[in-house]
Amino acid sequence: MAKITFNTHDAKTHTVDVQNGLTVMEGAVQNDVPGIDADCGGGMACATCHVYVNEDWIDKLPAKEDGEEDMLDMAFEPKKNSRLSCQITVSDELDGLVVSIPSKQS
Amino acid sequence: MNKTDALIIGAGPTGLFTAHQLKLIGLDCEIVDNLDKIGGQCIELYPDKPIYDIPAVPECTGEELTNNLINQIKPFNIKTHLGERVDELKKDGENWFVKTNKGKTFLTPNVIIAGGVGSFEPRKFVPKDCEKFENKSILYSVKDKTIFKDKTVSIFGGGDSALDWAVELSKTSKVNLIHRREDFRGAQATVDKVHELAKSGKINLYTKYQLLNVNGSDNLESIEIKSDDKEVKIIETDFALGFFGLIMQLGPISNWGLNIDKKTISVDTEKFETNQKGIYAVGDICSYPGKLKLILSGFHEGALAARACFKLARPNEKYRFEFTTSSKSIKDRLGVKSD
Repeated sequence: MAKITFNTHDAKTHTVDVQNGLTVMEGAVQNDVPGIDADCGGGMACATCHVYVNEDWIDKLPAKEDGEEDMLDMAFEPKKNSRLSCQITVSDELDGLVVSIPSKQS
Repeated sequence: MNKTDALIIGAGPTGLFTAHQLKLIGLDCEIVDNLDKIGGQCIELYPDKPIYDIPAVPECTGEELTNNLINQIKPFNIKTHLGERVDELKKDGENWFVKTNKGKTFLTPNVIIAGGVGSFEPRKFVPKDCEKFENKSILYSVKDKTIFKDKTVSIFGGGDSALDWAVELSKTSKVNLIHRREDFRGAQATVDKVHELAKSGKINLYTKYQLLNVNGSDNLESIEIKSDDKEVKIIETDFALGFFGLIMQLGPISNWGLNIDKKTISVDTEKFETNQKGIYAVGDICSYPGKLKLILSGFHEGALAARACFKLARPNEKYRFEFTTSSKSIKDRLGVKSD
């Protein structure tokens, strides 16, 4: 279990408990955190679960797999700290993770 | 005006199998899809990715699944209208009047929406001012490459479309290629070619840059691009082309008076009918208690929606359930020999 904080574009903060093994995307969708579309359902095929990872956390996350960076090319306003939240699997180590959701996904 | 027993919106796996089911029970149907090819998400998003949960098919790719479905409906010669998006849907007596963005019209008692997550549209540039140049000097696809001759063209993106057009247009235009990182995801041979053209000065390459702003009055005059290190460059250009892939948008479907929640359409689980009589939703786009977004669920939903269509298309006949193994009329429709 990990507490994950989502900062949304309208300056609201949503902190939710996410079970180990789920992805950060699933944690957001299951808890009705707004701003994560996840159109393809976690297939790394659409770039609509794009988040910006808080600076302190970037190096603590599991590395990007092949293809994630390619999909991020298509995300809305990608930055250096961009990730697809469907590709981050939750574990105890991620307790306290903070991510920001872009103003839109497409 | 095209008259048909049922119009299917969406040529993905669910739409294709729904067409099969309609034709099998003796109804006529046509299919409309906004993409220029058959297959929906299977073809557009994951043609090469293996799928493992199609019943009785241990493993197949999105492309193989699509080809098999196309083969399965081949005996029926179904009319498919590609590259057209359904824009209008309104009641006309007992029928529905349907109009596409290309002006094609249909009259039908049944409309089956098998639209996945909506229609695929190109992803666009972020800066707000880009809209006013859209379709004039800011483009997301190339229809006539001669308009770029002897002009300056700024191409954005890192995939095959961006690279192919950069190479092609560099023959007759001044080309700037702008991408958000140093790696390109196109075919290696094309990436090598782009670097070669950049070296010889035929392409101006700007990596780790993204579009910040656009300037001009009637036509685009210059663009501002910003690097990861916050350095801003102003580049004079006649055109800007964006190749950022496709995004799925619900689009006009949200204007048809249907019950929509979180981009999906509520249906019953007997006919997969929406709150409008004669309009059904099947596949990823429909929702009901227990909905699973699997291709196999779409097949089931389409089969039931097809039976529901029979009632409205043939009000004076009674639908009779038959098996493909034994029904002579089904075999006739399939064009196979009866025993």
